[in-house]
Amino acid sequence: MNSEGRPTQPRAATLLAPQTFSGARALQIHEALIFDIGRQDFTGVDLDPPKAFTPRLGGLERKSEIGLPGLSEPEAMRHYVKLSQKNYAIDMGPYPLGSCTMKHNPRLNEKMARLPGFADIHPLQPVSTVQGALALMEELSFWLLKLTGMEAVALTPKAGAHGEMCGMMAIKAAIAARGEAATRKVVLAPESAHGTNPATAAALGFSVRSIPAGPDGLVHPEDVAAALGPDVAAIMLTNPNTCGLFERDIVEIGQLVHEAGAFFYCDGANFNAIVGKVRPGDLGIDAMHINLHKTFSTPHGGGGPGAGPVVLSSRLAAFAPVPFVRRDGEKLTLVEESEGTESFGRMAAFHGQMGMFVRAVSYILSHGADGLAKASEDAVIAANYVRVCLNDLFSSPFGDRVCMHEVLFDDRWLKDTGITTLDFAKAMIDEGIHPMTIYFPLVVHGAMLIEPTESESIVSLTLFIATLRDLAIRALRGERERFLGAPHYAPRKRLDETAAARKPILRWTPPKPVEA
Amino acid sequence: MLARIGVASVNELYADAPRDALLTAPLDLPLRKTELEVERRLSALAAKNVAASAAPFFVGAGAYKHHVPATVDHLIQRSEFLTAYTPYQPEISQGTLQVLFEFQTQVANLTGMEVANASMYDGSTSTAEAILMAHRVTRRGKALLSGGLHPHYAETARTLSDMSEHETAVLPPDPRATEDLIGALDDSLSCVVVQNPDFFGNLRDLAPLAEACRAKGVLLIAVVTEVLSLGLVESPGAMGADIVVGEGQSIGNGLNFGGPYLGLFATRDKYVRQSPGRLCGRSVDADGRPGFVLTLSTREQHIRREKATSNICTNSGLCALAFSIHLSLLGETGLKQLALINHANAVALAEALEKTSGVEVLNHGFFNEFTVRVKGSAADLVERMAARGVLAGVPVSRLLPRAGLDDLLLVASSEINTDDDRAAFVAALKQELNG
Repeated sequence: MNSEGRPTQPRAATLLAPQTFSGARALQIHEALIFDIGRQDFTGVDLDPPKAFTPRLGGLERKSEIGLPGLSEPEAMRHYVKLSQKNYAIDMGPYPLGSCTMKHNPRLNEKMARLPGFADIHPLQPVSTVQGALALMEELSFWLLKLTGMEAVALTPKAGAHGEMCGMMAIKAAIAARGEAATRKVVLAPESAHGTNPATAAALGFSVRSIPAGPDGLVHPEDVAAALGPDVAAIMLTNPNTCGLFERDIVEIGQLVHEAGAFFYCDGANFNAIVGKVRPGDLGIDAMHINLHKTFSTPHGGGGPGAGPVVLSSRLAAFAPVPFVRRDGEKLTLVEESEGTESFGRMAAFHGQMGMFVRAVSYILSHGADGLAKASEDAVIAANYVRVCLNDLFSSPFGDRVCMHEVLFDDRWLKDTGITTLDFAKAMIDEGIHPMTIYFPLVVHGAMLIEPTESESIVSLTLFIATLRDLAIRALRGERERFLGAPHYAPRKRLDETAAARKPILRWTPPKPVEA
Repeated sequence: MLARIGVASVNELYADAPRDALLTAPLDLPLRKTELEVERRLSALAAKNVAASAAPFFVGAGAYKHHVPATVDHLIQRSEFLTAYTPYQPEISQGTLQVLFEFQTQVANLTGMEVANASMYDGSTSTAEAILMAHRVTRRGKALLSGGLHPHYAETARTLSDMSEHETAVLPPDPRATEDLIGALDDSLSCVVVQNPDFFGNLRDLAPLAEACRAKGVLLIAVVTEVLSLGLVESPGAMGADIVVGEGQSIGNGLNFGGPYLGLFATRDKYVRQSPGRLCGRSVDADGRPGFVLTLSTREQHIRREKATSNICTNSGLCALAFSIHLSLLGETGLKQLALINHANAVALAEALEKTSGVEVLNHGFFNEFTVRVKGSAADLVERMAARGVLAGVPVSRLLPRAGLDDLLLVASSEINTDDDRAAFVAALKQELNG
């Protein structure tokens, strides 16, 4: 005790983890919905009433209440800050989601995207007033074409899956232009493909023919050759693939596809492993989307927005969607019309995800040709380091081989422990690490796909590896409770997803009035 | 690290890449730059653009300049929101999930619908997806698009419809909202797509159309490109729409030269299993405490693959967050007040223009945007007004180049416009039109 009677050392207490009146756990504070804390007659925004005027709504004034609560500024700050504290984020620690590429998001990018000259311009302003914006789009196009070795680029697509849509629409238009629309109705996709690939093909009226993955995790030319025929429009292949491997026979596969009169779509979700190392244009690819929110570090924002520009080969360039930027000497213009051209048309209002373009260009210029290649190499080194440090405990589905930017394990090593991949992932949450991608790709049982990215330092990787090794040893020793009940320390225990789907509650509804 | 991995050089890790495709030296491109250099370079590009805040600004046509409270941008830059992924691990994503649950409720209430999803890319793609959904629900394959639908939305919908081997009928541009949609209905249609306020700013009563649609088993898809209008105008849900889609950019999100924006998607409970996009639902955890999860994912591509309702994977999470924060700050009272101010400013501008010779306001009813007929080419006029420092609006011919509507100009006015802005607009217009 000090002289004022304040204890300066903790005392022994017998009651552990008491229930609190509020339900809070110190920094973990329960936060009600805005509908519980806000009031409909309250606003947190200063607005002066308009001068008296005669409305001209043509008799369509809203008659009903909306049902929107209002919060004061301090209430709003507290609500959203408290909610934010229930999220994990790449700024807190490793986020090794394979295929998702959670790399550091440099804050310079955010600052640049908020310059009024980019953030506060309208897509339909006169083009004479947005020459700098068009120049930025031209700059992004320049880099994407040089880095991929391709012929043309479409900037419109708003996400990776939208980019797939764009590439496959270009392919469909090219096939129609050859007069083969009625006959080429099949798209080949490996079993290991992202779900978006078959979903995209199906949405465009193609049927999907699955290609098996070989025992080495790769697609084999003989399997592609067996599936090819005059009915095939395209193959959709991910490279590096979803098992984290470079498709060794990709050039031969491309040749087979082209010989059969089909096109080669490459899912570029994993382009971040090969930027500055291999140009997709040198591999025989006809179309590939690039996730700016993966490879070029634009933030994921809790699920979006993304951006998915598509690069096209000379075979497909003419079919690219509008709009696009054209240089006319010193002046830049926007081509917004597809009429009278071979373009397949428009796939979204306006010109694409400009906010993401600025961030991506900021990242690209910061890194340069040298830095971009180094980032790819470092991502690949990090994944291989994790691989060699874990593969004595974890099981590798395709044997002990070099990987690209992500390393894939399966769940054979957990056999007879009673612990599943999901349990293991949830135990990682208790260790303060976001789990890796689990149960994808589907071709591997209990898949664990780890993508550390180049952002993790050796110190961070070492701690990550040590943590996973400790958990693995505990799993193999049979410490089941640690895993089956996990997470123990997250804001919520495991959530019941089955109940959520069986009787969906998708919105707040006012409580029923209590009867007197 | 390389030694631990057991390779002598990093290129050994790329051994599966074709040897002649592997680059061994940096590409002939600029090398890395410092933060200061990048900032200078990009600031110089940004300085070549005229920002909306730097001129009297009246441009709309599907993207609107509004004041966004400082709180919004501060909060969306919190690391835990900005740098999180899709909430696939709900136990450590309750922040994002609760925001989405609140967002879904706000959107459902605003549109007058029973259920809304966790957002789409933007209004145009949301519209195209709604049409595909209507085909699934009705098992019919033809959509009818109103001539008042934003031309970019119509083109986007037609591209996806053509490519997915469905039919689309598009009515001619309809600047005065006189088209006969009810007369064009027949039972081969899965849906009719109508915008309100329409592209030309007209307000449309959808109730009679909704009734006619019900009689023919046709779904009514209502499109709202200026979501702020719902603070003042009757909601599409109350008028009988089956699916409401829209652009949410106006609330919480900046112009950003066209993206990223925020697709809104709302419908009736009975159609939810046919709907695209992510949904957040309430559940309980192992201790029985309430919590949120992504749900009904058996509709989605990562589970259903080629049988999914859509190929969509990404939403506009951060834009939805900005929308939800701004709308929470506004509340019912603030939203209605802001909408009223927008309408008042637009009425004031329309009245000023109606006093200007050579200008005709076409609309009967409108919210914060209307169409005027001017002498000569509206596109030329807009260029000349820009040279005088006024961003006057959008010439209809920019979006409808061969429709014979070269003399029509869309003019939008929001709370950002001052009396001085309006005076500058009218003065510049008079000088251009009448010399």
